[in-house]
Amino acid sequence: MYDFAYHKPATVADAVKLLAADGDAKALAGGQTLIPTLKQRLAKPSAVVDLSAIKDLAGIAVAGGKVTIGAMTRHGDVAASADVKKALPALAALADGIGDPQVRNRGTIGGSIANNDPAADYPAACLALGATIKTNSREIPADAFFLGMFETALKPGEIILSVSFPIPEKAAYAKFGQPASRYALVGVMVAKTASGARVAVTGAAAAVFRWSEAEAALSKSWNAASLDGVKVSPDGLNSDIHAAADYRAHLVGVMAKRAVTAAG
Amino acid sequence: MAIDGIGAAVRRKEDYRFLTGQGNYTDDISRPNQVHAYFVRAQTAHAKIVRIDTAKAKAAEGVVAVFTGPDMAADAIGGLPCGWLVKNKDGSPMQEPAHPVLALERVRHVGDPIAVVVAETLSQAKDAAELLDIELADLPAVVGLVDALKPGAPAVHAGGNLCFDWHIGDADQVAAAFKNAYKVAKIDLVNNRLIANPMEPRAAVGEYDRATGEYTLFTTSQNPHVIRLLMGAFVLHIPESRLRVVAPDVGGGFGSKIYHYAEEAFVTWAAPKVGRPVKWTAERGESFMSDAQGRDHVTHAELALDKNGKFLALKVNTIANMGAYLSTFAPAIPTYLYATLLAGVYTTPAIYAEVKAVFTNTVPVDAYRGAGRPEAAFLIERIVDIAAAEMGMDRVEIRKRNFIPTNAFPYQTPVALQYDSGDYFATLEGAMKAIDYAGFEARRAAAKKHGKLRGIGISTYVEACGIAPSNIAGALGARAGLYECANVRVHPTGSVTLFTGCHSHGQGHETTYAQLIAERLGIGLDQIEVSHGDTNKIPFGMGTYGSRSLAVGGTAVVKALDKIVDKAKKIAAHLLEAAEADIEFKDGKFTVAGTDKSKSFGEIALTAYVPHNYPLETLEPGLDETAFYDPKNFTFPGGAHICEVEIDPQTGVVKVVDFAACDDVGRVVNPMIVEGQVHGGLAQGIGQALMEECVYDDKGQLRSGSFMDYTMPRADDLPSFKVSTAITLCTHNPLGVKGVGEVGAIGSPPAVINAVVDALKDYGVRHIDMPATPQKIWAIVNGGHRMAAE
Ligand SMILES: Cc1cc2nc3c(=O)[nH]c(=O)nc-3n(C[C@H](O)[C@H](O)[C@H](O)COP(=O)(O)OP(=O)(O)OC[C@H]3O[C@@H](n4cnc5c(N)ncnc54)[C@H](O)[C@@H]3O)c2cc1C
Repeated sequence: MYDFAYHKPATVADAVKLLAADGDAKALAGGQTLIPTLKQRLAKPSAVVDLSAIKDLAGIAVAGGKVTIGAMTRHGDVAASADVKKALPALAALADGIGDPQVRNRGTIGGSIANNDPAADYPAACLALGATIKTNSREIPADAFFLGMFETALKPGEIILSVSFPIPEKAAYAKFGQPASRYALVGVMVAKTASGARVAVTGAAAAVFRWSEAEAALSKSWNAASLDGVKVSPDGLNSDIHAAADYRAHLVGVMAKRAVTAAG
Repeated sequence: MAIDGIGAAVRRKEDYRFLTGQGNYTDDISRPNQVHAYFVRAQTAHAKIVRIDTAKAKAAEGVVAVFTGPDMAADAIGGLPCGWLVKNKDGSPMQEPAHPVLALERVRHVGDPIAVVVAETLSQAKDAAELLDIELADLPAVVGLVDALKPGAPAVHAGGNLCFDWHIGDADQVAAAFKNAYKVAKIDLVNNRLIANPMEPRAAVGEYDRATGEYTLFTTSQNPHVIRLLMGAFVLHIPESRLRVVAPDVGGGFGSKIYHYAEEAFVTWAAPKVGRPVKWTAERGESFMSDAQGRDHVTHAELALDKNGKFLALKVNTIANMGAYLSTFAPAIPTYLYATLLAGVYTTPAIYAEVKAVFTNTVPVDAYRGAGRPEAAFLIERIVDIAAAEMGMDRVEIRKRNFIPTNAFPYQTPVALQYDSGDYFATLEGAMKAIDYAGFEARRAAAKKHGKLRGIGISTYVEACGIAPSNIAGALGARAGLYECANVRVHPTGSVTLFTGCHSHGQGHETTYAQLIAERLGIGLDQIEVSHGDTNKIPFGMGTYGSRSLAVGGTAVVKALDKIVDKAKKIAAHLLEAAEADIEFKDGKFTVAGTDKSKSFGEIALTAYVPHNYPLETLEPGLDETAFYDPKNFTFPGGAHICEVEIDPQTGVVKVVDFAACDDVGRVVNPMIVEGQVHGGLAQGIGQALMEECVYDDKGQLRSGSFMDYTMPRADDLPSFKVSTAITLCTHNPLGVKGVGEVGAIGSPPAVINAVVDALKDYGVRHIDMPATPQKIWAIVNGGHRMAAE
């Protein structure tokens, strides 16, 4: 780890100020990605702005047909929340499948989304459920948020405050874990909403994406058999020692069907 | 008084310390005024060192010194030695290239240390390391072991890539037998390279005392005396009398902590140079690229059968990867610990094996749990299943037909070993019963209804523990003895400390050895302490590997106890005014036969140290005995492992749904520890079969260089194991013990793969190389052609 200054502001305003004042400062949430990166000397921030003392950033609210989760809410809290389990069980289950208990007790939804790891789980939920990401300066629809590998619409110094998920009619997430890391080798979130089906795929490509062919098929008829013959092209999908692109493409189909079946 | 002796499932004495965080590991040891070493390692697999400019790094804040290969060479520091010399077919010695502590002129694998920065803090050392100006000129690398032997392959060492070309057995006899074969089963297989990944990364602290001239090395080693011997004699030229090596609590070794490593030699050498203790602890990423790795064979084998399915002859051709340099044991593993096991549990009358060992631009290979025997068992048990398929025979039947009969022991194999005892029928029956083998087809049918492919696989194996005797091992190239030493020190009040040359790094010696002593002396476990790991406390020792600690180390304890009891009887005879021959020792009491006159063990101990009424003219005071034990033979644990898997054909995921192991480990001293050892071994064996694989790309970059990409088995990957024993006693050691540390990792991989192949039998699969990952299975099920299945 290189030396850095450490700040622990108590308000969003102070955090924004600290980040705005120093272009090389970084926000710290659960630290599950940032701390290993620092330890391996892969990042050299001048300052770390720890968001954990900002009270309003953590918490879960279900109201107005939406589940709203504060950026600093830990995965474990989402997984265990009776409200989330009731209103949007697919999201609680997704959170429960992230990493291991230690990771779930530290990692946050804001950190996960801001980081936009191509194999992270939450981005699939955001995209499939049509979530809105609220920051200190604006509201960003999920469809405009995840831009590419580790790349989001966030501007330098912009802080995520919360994520709002419209409650769908049905939804489910099916994840095929990468054998070693157990991040998503392929994860598919499906949602049946009043305006049609939404299908988001994570792990398979450089960034989470919506699978429009599957959405069209499921919008016509919501059942797994609708996806027979609907295929994702392996072109441009990730390929590594665990899965070549064609295997990933195949798994997208399998996981999508399993998600639809699980959603009922 | 109830004594927790042999056979008692007592909880491990050491666990209180470990479970309450009171263990004392090398990284817990900090010496006053210590400095920190940071190793700068090669990022490319093969390169010429053009230039290293250390000036800027030396001037950086907190830096105490920067060292490179030439600094050590200038001190006439020797290379890291190899502990076993294998000879070529023509009798000439293997190629044994120099292995400098810090690279000289060339780097030969990713992770090869080039320079070391020593600084006040680790952070400062890392900062300064970034200021080193190192110019390397990349050379083409050779990674695959088959490629290494191709003409024109980049040469890892000046002498080329062949380390040795060795053979064993009778080629003519085998050739003749193949002529008469009714059928020949053939296989080409890979035994995948593994990374041991003990929970505790390696660490070393070197210290030098100017007043006494004594060096101390604290290190994460399985064999501190061996390190002292190798490092003192071959590398640093320090007499043992001034070199102390301490391996305190060690958090797992699995063979990867046998090797005498560069970091150990460096910190010991550097301590007097900088005049301060020098500490180093590996980060996990360093472990991946600098801990000795395991396995890595490519083999072609053929088995000749007669029309009744009897094995006539086995012919094996193996290439084994040594990595870039020879580790301490590497040459012995694919030869004397592999090819000598190729008879397995069968009466195959003729065997011929050729083994070539090669250098590649990869991390050195050394022993890994099983070391050679898992490779042998995998090959044999795979080819036996293939033979059964060729013959249209049942897989149980073909095994039983070829088992060494239970009344045929001692049994001389055609590949040098003589098995002393075993009952392969009993262990097979035990495992079949445990897993309800007879009910399998019903379970297969039930699984099919749920869209799953279920398979069952058997492995019946034998292995060899406690490599010995020293004189024969020496004739075969071992450069050290293979005995063990025990010192039993009875204290005046009758409590006992055992000093053993073995080293516990998870095996539970502090309990098992204490049980041997409790049994023999009739005293409670709380009266017994077991001390290991410090060369200044223990006369000598060869350490712990090859499942030798009970069969060899435990026998040394028994021999020392014999001496204690002999002497105690003499003291008792004096006190009881009886002839020594009339003294009986039982349940902690010395009694004059046929009388009620007796003395307790404690009374004798006190008399030995307070010799007021004592035969001083004929007997020395004290009760402290040392024994060295050199075994007459290996011990031969064996058994049967049966695995049941279910495959999801849509994803290729293999789930181990049931696993039964019935092992013959000889006499069981502590059933709980034995069960635990089998569990751990099975986890690693199943890991090798389904998950673990060290992957390099064609430039020698480690692609599985962290736990993000190297798949370790986890609890939820494994079923609840059905573990049992069906023992026969070892005939040549007094306890009748054989060994249990490695059986799980040896027997299980072929059981798993045999089950996977069985599950996929409708797909025409004959063999799948390990690890049977979801991607591989999916490719087979979906008719993919780019994958490894035949
Ligand atoms: C062993 C392990 C296993 C894991 N497995 C999974 C898995 O299976 N699935 C999965 O999805 N994830 C997994 N993760 C990732 C983990 O779940 C975290 O979500 C992730 O590390 C980021 O969240 P964090 O709170 O730790 O963020 P941090 O590491 O603190 O920050 C990550 C990045 O986000 C930025 N950031 C954080 N909060 C905000 C904010 N409110 N506004 C703007 N920017 C912000 C930081 O500046 C930093 O750049 C795993 C992590 C580990 C260590």
